[in-house]
Amino acid sequence: MAWRDDWRRVRAIARKDVTTELRAKAGFNSVASLGVTILILLGLALGPDAQALRDAAVGAVWLALLFSGVLAFNRSFQVELESGALEPLLQYPGPRWTIFAGKLLGNLIFLTLMVTIVVAVGVVLFSVRIPSRWPTLLGVLALGVVGLVVLGTFYASMASRSRAREVLLPLLLFPMLVPVLVAATTASKALLGADLMHDADAWIRLLAAYDVIFLIATFLAFEHVIEA
Amino acid sequence: MPTNDRSLDSSLPRRTGIWLAFACFAVLGAAQAYSISNSPAEGDMGHLQKIMYVHVPAAWMTFLAFFVVLVFSVLYLWRRREAYDLIAASAAEVGAVFNGLTLALGMIWGRPTWGVWWTWDARLTSTLVLFLIFIGYLALRGFVDDPGQRARWSAAVGIIGAINVPIVYMSVMWWRTLHQQPSSPSTLDPAYTLGLRLNAIALLLVMIYFIRRRYEIARLERAAEQAAQMAAMGGR
Repeated sequence: MAWRDDWRRVRAIARKDVTTELRAKAGFNSVASLGVTILILLGLALGPDAQALRDAAVGAVWLALLFSGVLAFNRSFQVELESGALEPLLQYPGPRWTIFAGKLLGNLIFLTLMVTIVVAVGVVLFSVRIPSRWPTLLGVLALGVVGLVVLGTFYASMASRSRAREVLLPLLLFPMLVPVLVAATTASKALLGADLMHDADAWIRLLAAYDVIFLIATFLAFEHVIEA
Repeated sequence: MPTNDRSLDSSLPRRTGIWLAFACFAVLGAAQAYSISNSPAEGDMGHLQKIMYVHVPAAWMTFLAFFVVLVFSVLYLWRRREAYDLIAASAAEVGAVFNGLTLALGMIWGRPTWGVWWTWDARLTSTLVLFLIFIGYLALRGFVDDPGQRARWSAAVGIIGAINVPIVYMSVMWWRTLHQQPSSPSTLDPAYTLGLRLNAIALLLVMIYFIRRRYEIARLERAAEQAAQMAAMGGR
């Protein structure tokens, strides 16, 4: 079964990436610490009034995720390049999109762990009151993170191989993530408040559509991008 | 080197380029003169309204330029002809200029009309984001040296960026709306329509001229790059 072989390739690449990160730990620790540091800085810049912090909480958490996420994506390809592993990876049999899918999955696992830490710290530091619709809130977070990881992984596959990768990735990625940022923060704010207008649902649909559209687009485009 | 000479020769003939330059700036001058002398002072805005004759067509050209980038990026990935990549790059550069012009003129107009230089309205915000996407595209081209890689990557970035334009627009539209209905011949007093149309045609010609000129330069740059490579490898 061809698709089963493909799925095995995807899993193998993801497992390789996650194992590398688990063994080294330095990457994850530094990226997660950066996320928490950004939250602390934002708290200092916007606080200490509890209500002001609560109002800014969603935006602060998302900015911390974006800025620390950027470092994570670059790392995932940089590690391959430093050890000259990308070329052999490309020469393995099987379709190229499995490489992208594997990297995507690895980054998603990596980011999920990081998001858990950053969000937990954000809830505490910005004295967020957990609303009754918290499962929906988690859903918004998940959809937003998927969008972030899809485009982040895609652009990192180019930016990490260019000169000036540190600058180029955020320059390419952040404007593209405007819909994610707007939709995720607006939906989360609505859910943290009363959401009398039932705004959140429309934003969730937008996030879901964004994820699907760019998942398809990046999978199609990756073939052209990864060519040596 | 015969091959290099041929690629230089095949660039567009210069003569018509100069005539196109004269023609489009003459049309632009005439369109401006006509619209400024023929449009009455507007009720609320007075003579500020005349900014519209550049602001609105420049905004149209921005989107048109992005569309050109999209089309030629797709064509490049499909046919892999270097010319398509260079045309897309030229259109992106010209589009960024028009985009910057749109933003700057909008701010100059907005300050006396709305009382603020900037407001987070849907149209303003999406135009600004579009500008950032253009900047990212051009930055990518600047940071990648291998021509083949640069062409493939920027084509991908151009296409993905273009897909994002309507999504950005929709999301910021839901987020906030203050901008008046955008000016188009159907929302305008007839006194202003002809002026707007003429200026749109004039700026379209200017854009075509700019893209063409930029494309010629890009061709020469590529030829120079190739010649330098040949020389480095010991050729003449």
